[in-house]
Amino acid sequence: MYRETQIVSDVAKTPLTGEGTFTINVGPQHPATHGVLHLVITLNGETILNIEPHLGYIHRSIEKMCESLTYRQFIYVTSRMDYLSAHINNHACALCVEKGMQIEIPSRAQVIRVLMDELTRIASHELWWGAMAMDVGAFTPFFHAFRERETINDIMEETCGARLTMNYMVPGGVMYDIHPNFQKRVKDFLQLYKRKIHEYDELVTGNIIFQNRMKGVGVLTAEDVISYGCTGPVARGSGVSSDIRKLYPYEIYDKLEFDEVLETAGDSFARYLIRLREMNQSIRIVEQLIDNIPEGDFQAKTKAVLKLPKGEFYQRVETARGELGVYIVSEGGTTPYRIKFRSPGFSNLSILNHMVKGSKIGDLIAAMGTLDLVIPDIDR
Amino acid sequence: MTNEELKIKISELLPVATFEEGGEWLNINIEPADWLSFAQQLRNDSSLYFDYLFCLTCIDWKTYLTMVYHLSSTKYRHNIVVKAKLDRNKPEIETVSHIWRTAEFHEREVYEMFGVNFLNHPDLRLLILPDGWEGKNPLRKDFEDPVNMIKL
Repeated sequence: MYRETQIVSDVAKTPLTGEGTFTINVGPQHPATHGVLHLVITLNGETILNIEPHLGYIHRSIEKMCESLTYRQFIYVTSRMDYLSAHINNHACALCVEKGMQIEIPSRAQVIRVLMDELTRIASHELWWGAMAMDVGAFTPFFHAFRERETINDIMEETCGARLTMNYMVPGGVMYDIHPNFQKRVKDFLQLYKRKIHEYDELVTGNIIFQNRMKGVGVLTAEDVISYGCTGPVARGSGVSSDIRKLYPYEIYDKLEFDEVLETAGDSFARYLIRLREMNQSIRIVEQLIDNIPEGDFQAKTKAVLKLPKGEFYQRVETARGELGVYIVSEGGTTPYRIKFRSPGFSNLSILNHMVKGSKIGDLIAAMGTLDLVIPDIDR
Repeated sequence: MTNEELKIKISELLPVATFEEGGEWLNINIEPADWLSFAQQLRNDSSLYFDYLFCLTCIDWKTYLTMVYHLSSTKYRHNIVVKAKLDRNKPEIETVSHIWRTAEFHEREVYEMFGVNFLNHPDLRLLILPDGWEGKNPLRKDFEDPVNMIKL
């Protein structure tokens, strides 16, 4: 028997203890948190009064580890942060080291890097799409998403030797040349994707039950998003232009044709649409480059031991989740003196309490799913 | 604004600030005591409008600590770096979590990893480290953990 839910009108003034309030734990092992995230939720009836994230279950202190690893070694650790954007993490680190050492990388390597980044972004958004639908109760989309995602993973495996933690981008270029089959398989994937993408809309986007659960849930204003430091699709869902590829172009993004997708509603459904449309933009970039990979070296000639000059270097890139910053403080040695990873997930998580305070517990999952949290990226 | 224009504008706001140039962005060194009012000026001044704090961290220089704030403006797209030197034995600085809300989590991280005390922070507790953590702050240079740390 359900007790009638007490309607809490002013959540901010309701005390967190007292009659009718209780606390539940979601996680650290819970399918909806997509990893080892622990949320302590204070409820009054079904209304959320407060959410407090407890982090650290997968904290490996990557920043401390990097202080004793050389500039060639530390890239391997960073694949384990945001494991769904491993290429882009590696890319950020490689770019930061190259910026410090002023290495010019060959144009072939640049194109390969951008191709890999965009394929990673599609794979990441596809996993998110499947998991998001599963969070709100639809199991089938997960298999549809994995059908395409596996194709990308196979391409990655052939060229990089790994499916998830690729460690493919190194200072100076990429580690090996692409596999001879690479172009053909990417083109096969493009065809498959175009044949199947309408299923995504038919299965989920147009579904009225799904729309009812997503629209008007977890609404964020543009001011909130900027103040909480949210980036990526979370910011763009509220109409905040935040695509680093457009704002501070790196590699060859300034020469490519693609659009920054923006929505203004700021709710879960807007963030959902952003990610679906971003996949199409990534496809556009891949199409522009796949037949135009220049001949030449895939790696610049660099010294065996890299030494960064004394100083501070910062590189920001756009991962599938938002802005990743790599901040290296160098004392002139072969290892960084201090390294800081400004991870997009950490800032995106910090808005969770503000986002769902006052709404019903059922909406928590629909709202949290659209933040696209990857817990190793938050804990580092 | 370019770095040069930012430098002129900021030296009007805070004449005691010193600058480091040559990097990608303008570096501003300030005293911790000036930080709160300076931060409010950076956020609210209509020609600066630094509304986005995109990185907040700390560096342990063995004899002192440095707080590093990376700021950006979503309106004008200019960036600056603000640095404040802290006493290593009693590191204290005012919180800016009410100016940039993202600072709330980032300051909690710096609090546990470096032991910096953020004055007037609304909720200064451990975030990543387990409850009841005793001992030194892990990201300080003199942190020793013979069990879990492997020296290379």
